[in-house]
Amino acid sequence: MTKAAQPKETLGLCSNCIHLATCTLRGDGTQPILFCEEHECFTPDEIREIVEEHDLALGGIISILESIQSKYGYLPRKALEAVAKETGRSLVDLYGVATFFRAFSLEPRGRHLVSVCLGTACHVRGSPDVLRAVEAELGVKAGSTTQDMEFSLETVNCLGACALGPIVVVDGHYFSQVKPADVPGIVERVRAGLNVIDVKTDQRLFPLTLSCPRCNHSLMDSRVQVDGLPGIRVTMSFGDKHGWMCLSCLYGSRNIVSEYEIPEQTLVHFFCPHCHTELIGSVPCPECGSAMVSMIVRGGGVVQICSRHGCPGHLLDL
Amino acid sequence: MINLTINGLNVSVEKGTTLLEAAHFLGFPVPTLCHMEGLSPYGACRLCVVEIGEGPRARLVSSCTYPAEEGLKVRTASERVVKARRMIIELLLASCPQSKVIQDLASAHGVMRQRFKQEYETCILCGLCVRMCEEQMMAKAIGFRGRGEKRSIGTPFDAVSGQCRQCGGCIYVCPACTLRCTYTEPEKAVCGACANLQPPCIEKDRFHDMMCYMDPCVACEIKKD
Ligand code: SF4
Ligand code: SF4
Ligand code: SF4
Ligand code: FES
Ligand code: FES
Repeated sequence: MTKAAQPKETLGLCSNCIHLATCTLRGDGTQPILFCEEHECFTPDEIREIVEEHDLALGGIISILESIQSKYGYLPRKALEAVAKETGRSLVDLYGVATFFRAFSLEPRGRHLVSVCLGTACHVRGSPDVLRAVEAELGVKAGSTTQDMEFSLETVNCLGACALGPIVVVDGHYFSQVKPADVPGIVERVRAGLNVIDVKTDQRLFPLTLSCPRCNHSLMDSRVQVDGLPGIRVTMSFGDKHGWMCLSCLYGSRNIVSEYEIPEQTLVHFFCPHCHTELIGSVPCPECGSAMVSMIVRGGGVVQICSRHGCPGHLLDL
Repeated sequence: MINLTINGLNVSVEKGTTLLEAAHFLGFPVPTLCHMEGLSPYGACRLCVVEIGEGPRARLVSSCTYPAEEGLKVRTASERVVKARRMIIELLLASCPQSKVIQDLASAHGVMRQRFKQEYETCILCGLCVRMCEEQMMAKAIGFRGRGEKRSIGTPFDAVSGQCRQCGGCIYVCPACTLRCTYTEPEKAVCGACANLQPPCIEKDRFHDMMCYMDPCVACEIKKD
């Protein structure tokens, strides 16, 4: 088990558990709550609530299982049994669905999910060696979880970022062109925490994962850190200058790192570094009327920022 | 009534009749493996292929799942059908050569060898047992699990099932099962259960707690103790 951490806040399920203060499963309390078999704080009522939220017509099962998975991090056996009881479906069917889709896990997952791409492109670029390095570093085989419940390791077949392969994804953060020698560093950084920002200080500050609206390639670049997080890499152009720029992925933060110093109030053109399309927004800036720059938010939504350097105008549509 | 032609003979059948039923009604032999009367058609083994349509639009379909259509021209033993059928038998032999049912099929269709990598599966995923358990025994104790090469038959969580009524229906219908159990001697492929009137496992005290026809088999469980 991990270091005995002090849960900071009481999130949902475990809140009434008398073991809360000494619980080691939830780390520092900011992690998703794992279903706790140790202390049996699971109650069928929670499952009943989840079941009641869904339409019980034939298609309902998958979304019920998804809700349970997102609540507990995996599908606890008792939860599946409770769903079977609530919905009147047989356990065999639920189990069949749960084992069919890779998104479902019947085992508790670790706090960090490490996915190594073994797709064709990554494979020829040497991802099997990367996988071996990760396995050696974590001491577990692909498909399993470390004893301390910190890391789950899985393999995936292509993440759609083949040009940047071999790809390793940790908790939604993409590491590109990974070499076996990079692995200890990545694990180190994950242990230190990829999201080392104090979210509490400013509720409006939260990280976004953005991609190009045309080619849908991720714009996130883990090689350039802005605000301690991977930056949003775009190609910019103003006057006769043409170069790269990384924006902070924290929504609300206006920090940037760029190749050239940009004078205040300059209109900058933004391009996707992958497909070179200009990232033009749909509406003028609500603050100054200049053109907006639009990018897609992973998980749904569009963010638009003003293209005039220094203008705070932005729109977020999730 | 629907009128169709099978191997040149006209036949009229009720709506909803499958090509397999129509062919059998006329007495044309169509081999089957995953089909069983009383269980819903499933179309897993493809052994029952027949050719429908004419000219370039002719195609192979599984007759056990294909409903009769007005004016359809069916051939149950064209060259193409026979070739496909023999190939399917070869593939079955490649995955589960111990099965008496598959061996008999091979011999009946003159398949003397198979050209693929030899494997010794204990299940061909025909789904007979799952349908038997659900549709005839109303138990739903066993089902398909996993996907792709990891697909398997069994109870949820591999636990002894509370739903199972220990009827043995699933072993009874299983084409791969007769040689599935090795009793306590893995090197002997046959446990003798099918030949003995009384399978050896019945005498063990823990018989009633176990699901011998399922993995784990009673006898093998007993051996572990
Ligand atoms: S023995 Fe159990 S699993 Fe097999 S058919 Fe009967 S009820 Fe189903
Ligand atoms: S166990 Fe036997 S009956 Fe069940 S799917 Fe496998 S081969 Fe078919
Ligand atoms: S123990 Fe019984 S059911 Fe199991 S394989 Fe042997 S004879 Fe068959
Ligand atoms: S093969 Fe790895 S991202 Fe496509
Ligand atoms: S008998 Fe028709 S597919 Fe198996």
